[in-house]
Amino acid sequence: MAVTERPRIYEGSRIPSPIPSMLVLPEELRGSDEILQVNFGPNHPSTHGVLRLVVDLSGERVVGLRAVIGYLHTGFEKNMEQKTWWKAITYAPRVDYVSFQNNELVFVLAVEKLLGIEVPPKATWMRTLLAELNRIHSHLVFLGTAALELGAISMFWYCFRERDQILDLFEMVTGSRMHTRYYQVGGLAEDIPKGFDPEARKFCEWMPKAIDEYETILSRNEIWLERTQGIGLLSADDAIALGQSGPVVRASGIDWDLRRDEGYLSYPEVDFDVPVYPNGDVYDRYKVRIDEMRQSTRIVEQCLDAMPEGPWIADDRKVVLPPRHELHTSMESLIHHFKIVTEGFRVPEGEVYVTVESPRGELGCYLVSDGGPRPWRVKFRAPSFVALEATATCMSDALIADFIAIVGSLDTVMGEVDR
Amino acid sequence: MERREAYDETTLVVDPARLLEACRFLRDEEGFDLLSDITAVDYLGWGEKGVAGYFGTAAGRDLNAPGEQGASVHSQGFGRSPEPKPARFAINYHLLAVVPGAPRVRVQIWVEESRPVPSVIEIWPTADWHEREQFDLMGITFEGHPHLRRIIMEDDWEGHPLRKDYPLGGEPVRFSGDE
Repeated sequence: MAVTERPRIYEGSRIPSPIPSMLVLPEELRGSDEILQVNFGPNHPSTHGVLRLVVDLSGERVVGLRAVIGYLHTGFEKNMEQKTWWKAITYAPRVDYVSFQNNELVFVLAVEKLLGIEVPPKATWMRTLLAELNRIHSHLVFLGTAALELGAISMFWYCFRERDQILDLFEMVTGSRMHTRYYQVGGLAEDIPKGFDPEARKFCEWMPKAIDEYETILSRNEIWLERTQGIGLLSADDAIALGQSGPVVRASGIDWDLRRDEGYLSYPEVDFDVPVYPNGDVYDRYKVRIDEMRQSTRIVEQCLDAMPEGPWIADDRKVVLPPRHELHTSMESLIHHFKIVTEGFRVPEGEVYVTVESPRGELGCYLVSDGGPRPWRVKFRAPSFVALEATATCMSDALIADFIAIVGSLDTVMGEVDR
Repeated sequence: MERREAYDETTLVVDPARLLEACRFLRDEEGFDLLSDITAVDYLGWGEKGVAGYFGTAAGRDLNAPGEQGASVHSQGFGRSPEPKPARFAINYHLLAVVPGAPRVRVQIWVEESRPVPSVIEIWPTADWHEREQFDLMGITFEGHPHLRRIIMEDDWEGHPLRKDYPLGGEPVRFSGDE
């Protein structure tokens, strides 16, 4: 297979050897008075959760780095093995609490793949729409906190203003602001409320102006440029070797987006651009996310235009709950309702691996079913977990002051790292 | 080596001894340059009655299905008799080629408990944490990994939580009649 030419950000590879995720203090510096070991975290505002990094400093230069994770481990995968497929959906959004809709989506898509159930077009379009709103939401949280950490406090308030509008939209559709659990196997839990369309359009009209505002504050801000440009370099080849995906590889000059290249949901039918930047630094990762927010707004608009009429969930009584009103008149429906809620539906034996482009990159879900009502094994391929592995490569020879910018730019969510 | 197609996905079942050879071939010749994920699956009790790994220990009871467990007692008539598996643990390597169309392949190896597996860290550096995670939660030993330590659980944790014989909750209770 022909190897595509990728931009060179630096010569060779900077992945530490032999341990790719760790900067080991050189032998001659061990025990030296020059070296100061700093324990960063686990509870520090800029760790976006609970991350501990043990940093060896020589003056201001980082010479050793070790990440300690696991503080937020809650055993989602183990717990989901005990729940019926139907109940396990509730766990999925909590894995990554910033991009909950995408996590829910990947799990539901995987179960549907095993079941071979067909989803009505309205549900597919609505899932696309919500996944994109959620992407904007996630990037707003990134932008707000990453800028806050570098001293641009007002950015946080601007971003959370729009984030709140998105949460209001989620609340309108699903009844809850976060961890919505709106996707059912086979479609959506409820129909889309009438008032959603005008409110979402209002948001789409406002959002590009808000993004212009963010760019006015940051994109030509001398301090922001100084602190982000040329910092935390990651070359294209290193990014691929380290399994990176999403905005991190797009900022390293790789034109890669699962929404376009794998084409799930309604993405093949909507028109959007994939932003790619060539420098592989913190600034480019910021630019990719800013551009993605604009593209996501475009996709949301197109979804609203294309939203078809019709059912929002498949009509398969062995998997999908019967409509509420039927329970009072139909014995058959009552039995199905009772069976699905108590025993759960059965999923054919097999294994699948489904991926979506979450705001943080390639989010995968590997499922094994033994044909029973509970999953045999659930595994989330968490993009944050993989992104954190690249910290050591991005940090080689960095200054302590750049450290927070670099960790922030990889946009990790610790809930997803530790699962 | 055996090739299987199911659910539009390709699975290559490889002999553990030739895993590295297969992986090198897939990366260099077939262009699968990105290792997406490594997942180990414990098939202890697969297709048996009273499957361990539900609530309680293997010998204990399943609080979600009191009484007799297993397929035959469920009333909808879906007998559950899945295909037997060749060994206790399966380790799946999900590979991706970063080219349009996103071709994927799953490399699968089967091992019994305590049999070490060669580490693919030389081929894909990203395997570092994936292998440590599977070592930590499933107890799979990866030979040639330079830093194979627990990553999610504490260093002094006992047992491997994602194994099917690891209880989900509670302490084993000794009743006065038991000896």
